[in-house]
Amino acid sequence: MKKSVLLGTLAAVGVLAGAASAGTLDDVKANGVLKCGVSTGLAGFASPDANGRWEGFDVAVCRAVAAAVLGDGDAVQFVPLSTKVRFTALNSGEIDMLSRVTTWTFSRDVDLGLTFAGVNYYDGQGFMVRKDLGVGSATELDGATVCITTGTTTELNLADYFRANGMSYEPVPIETNAEAQLQYLSGACDVFTTDASALAATRATFASPDEHMVLPEIISKEPLGPVVREGDEPWSDIVRWTLNALITAEEKGVTQANVAELAASAGGDPEINRLLGTEGDLGAMLGLEADWAANAIAAVGNYGEVFEVNVGESTAIGLSRGLNALWTQGGLIYTPPFR
Amino acid sequence: MAMADQPAGKSFRLSMLLYDTRYRSMTIQFIMLALFVFGVFWLLNNMYTNLAAANKNPDFAFLSSTAGYDINQRLIEYTSQSTNARAWLVGLLNTLLVAFLGCILATVIGISVGVLRLSKNWIVARLMTVYIEIFRNVPVLLWIVFLNAILSETLPQPKDFKGVDAVASMSFWDTVIISNRGIFVPEPVFLSGSSIMLYVLLASIVGIFAFGRWARTDQETTGRILPTFWIKLAIFVVPTLIVYFMMGQPIDWKLPAFEGRGAIGPDGVAYTKGIFRIDADNGIHIRRSLIALCLALSLYTAAFIAEAVRAGIMAIDKGQSEAAGALGLRQNRVMSLVVLPQALRVIIPPLISQYLNLTKNSSLAIAVGYMDVAGTLGGITLNQTGRALECILLLMITYLTISLSISLVMNLYNNSVKLKER
Repeated sequence: MKKSVLLGTLAAVGVLAGAASAGTLDDVKANGVLKCGVSTGLAGFASPDANGRWEGFDVAVCRAVAAAVLGDGDAVQFVPLSTKVRFTALNSGEIDMLSRVTTWTFSRDVDLGLTFAGVNYYDGQGFMVRKDLGVGSATELDGATVCITTGTTTELNLADYFRANGMSYEPVPIETNAEAQLQYLSGACDVFTTDASALAATRATFASPDEHMVLPEIISKEPLGPVVREGDEPWSDIVRWTLNALITAEEKGVTQANVAELAASAGGDPEINRLLGTEGDLGAMLGLEADWAANAIAAVGNYGEVFEVNVGESTAIGLSRGLNALWTQGGLIYTPPFR
Repeated sequence: MAMADQPAGKSFRLSMLLYDTRYRSMTIQFIMLALFVFGVFWLLNNMYTNLAAANKNPDFAFLSSTAGYDINQRLIEYTSQSTNARAWLVGLLNTLLVAFLGCILATVIGISVGVLRLSKNWIVARLMTVYIEIFRNVPVLLWIVFLNAILSETLPQPKDFKGVDAVASMSFWDTVIISNRGIFVPEPVFLSGSSIMLYVLLASIVGIFAFGRWARTDQETTGRILPTFWIKLAIFVVPTLIVYFMMGQPIDWKLPAFEGRGAIGPDGVAYTKGIFRIDADNGIHIRRSLIALCLALSLYTAAFIAEAVRAGIMAIDKGQSEAAGALGLRQNRVMSLVVLPQALRVIIPPLISQYLNLTKNSSLAIAVGYMDVAGTLGGITLNQTGRALECILLLMITYLTISLSISLVMNLYNNSVKLKER
């Protein structure tokens, strides 16, 4: 019935309905601005600063893509999205890309019509408790009341973890990270669980962070990365390789400070030359200018710089590189070669 | 006469559809209907085409797949390994629970406030006005969040009950725990013999009706007025209580209690480490989210019901109550026998829409973490499966069904109380 209805009217109204979108790249170029979905406010990853300018680890990916495509890291319209609406916003074309601490999972990739353009942060789910609770391990959490941001993979991990360990718990589902903080601080729950990076970011915003601790257990794999719509390969290539360019830049020692100098003329390292467009035509293959990667690096810095500035050990959030160190330094951050 | 003899079909011309007033309205209606059907059809087709383009053909198979998440308040058996359809049902029951409790509470508060607002006592009447104006002029979402915050900030945490130097203690002779996780009350355990109590209770209810009927005929014949309320209450309670003690107290009460590793040792202090929690297996847990949601929804809706009640009472001519007074009826009897029965005709239609509003407003439950149907099917299931359109459609059908059922029941009641015209 559905099919016959569909086929029967396809001819009649197909013209009206089938305003299929052109490539996202063309749309972005035509608009002169990149619409990037970010979180509604998570310190270090995406939050507006005192002047209302969006800053953060996820925001930097948006700015890098905007710089690569449009030559201007500020040509971004940030669209704050809740966990609930983020994929709908992307699928409906409301945003061009999503950079919002989103976990790459099988069902999201395969079933939801999304394409993950890489991983910019290897995370895992952790637990935060008050120190005076006297709990030293997640295995001691039997019977705890757990605050959890709803609509995330953490909800499923939590159910699995407590079931696997034969423990009971009382879930308190909460819509936003900010509300979850309030509930946790008011003592409405014993434990707050989400990605370990977000726990650190949240703890950093507390009045007295020392009263709280993140338990050592990491109960899941949460590879976070930028997401685009499925079926637009040229655009997913651009996002993927912009991220790769930032990582390669760190590998090769290209920084925000020296990128202009290195991009001015071909130097001794062929991969840097190809990356920065002084050799070969990688930019043209993506449908971009030759200096696309140089623009991206100039806008936000290389991967290591982005990490340090936003969430690194020198910041209030104070995350160590850990898994997110370069592969040459024992981490997982690795990129295919630029050739 | 000649015109009438002609067969109707022959005199009919196409242009009459437009120029003959007998047919014109039908033509216009037909065109509007066709346009409407086409519009709906186009929207649906547009949806299907675009979903197909996004590789998301409507598919309800997710309902039978594993949900994978836990729900805190479960009125029926549910684990994270249950299906999404089961989670939908659990949420639906939670919605119905809060709607049911909310409607009852709102009606009780609303009628009391509505009557008191017309009180001759200046302070009482003004206080009720203040209540109504404050509650109905602030969005209900804020009331829900506000009440939840108050409960969570002011009530003691479980750890406040621990040790010898506890800052909080159990209420009502150590049978009830009031904490910011909710209220824990004793849970009845029905032992053998308790079924007899149930039969006695049912018999008492039948007895109450029988007594009510007898009292009415008695009053009509002799004019005696019995204190029916107290007698009915006694019929309701006394026989069951007698049987309860005769059967050797066949109902056991599971008292809520605390537990936790080394909660309270022999010396009464030992608890030092770990989660100090309220035993989930003993006692009934009335969650804070349910209390906050139910209170906020009923206080908010009661303000509107109070206005409907006031309007209904004021619609009854003053002469009615004066006449009743002249017959020697006391004030409260005038209200309950003369004014309210007539006022109900005016009150019930707006009351129906207030019940519907309360039920629909209960979908704000996620603000306090109450897992209603919008939180399970329209929240977590939607998020985890990504089937936004399907979930929202099912959710709309769910609320439509609930609302129409409430309307149906209330309209039946309305028909039974409305003015009988003979």
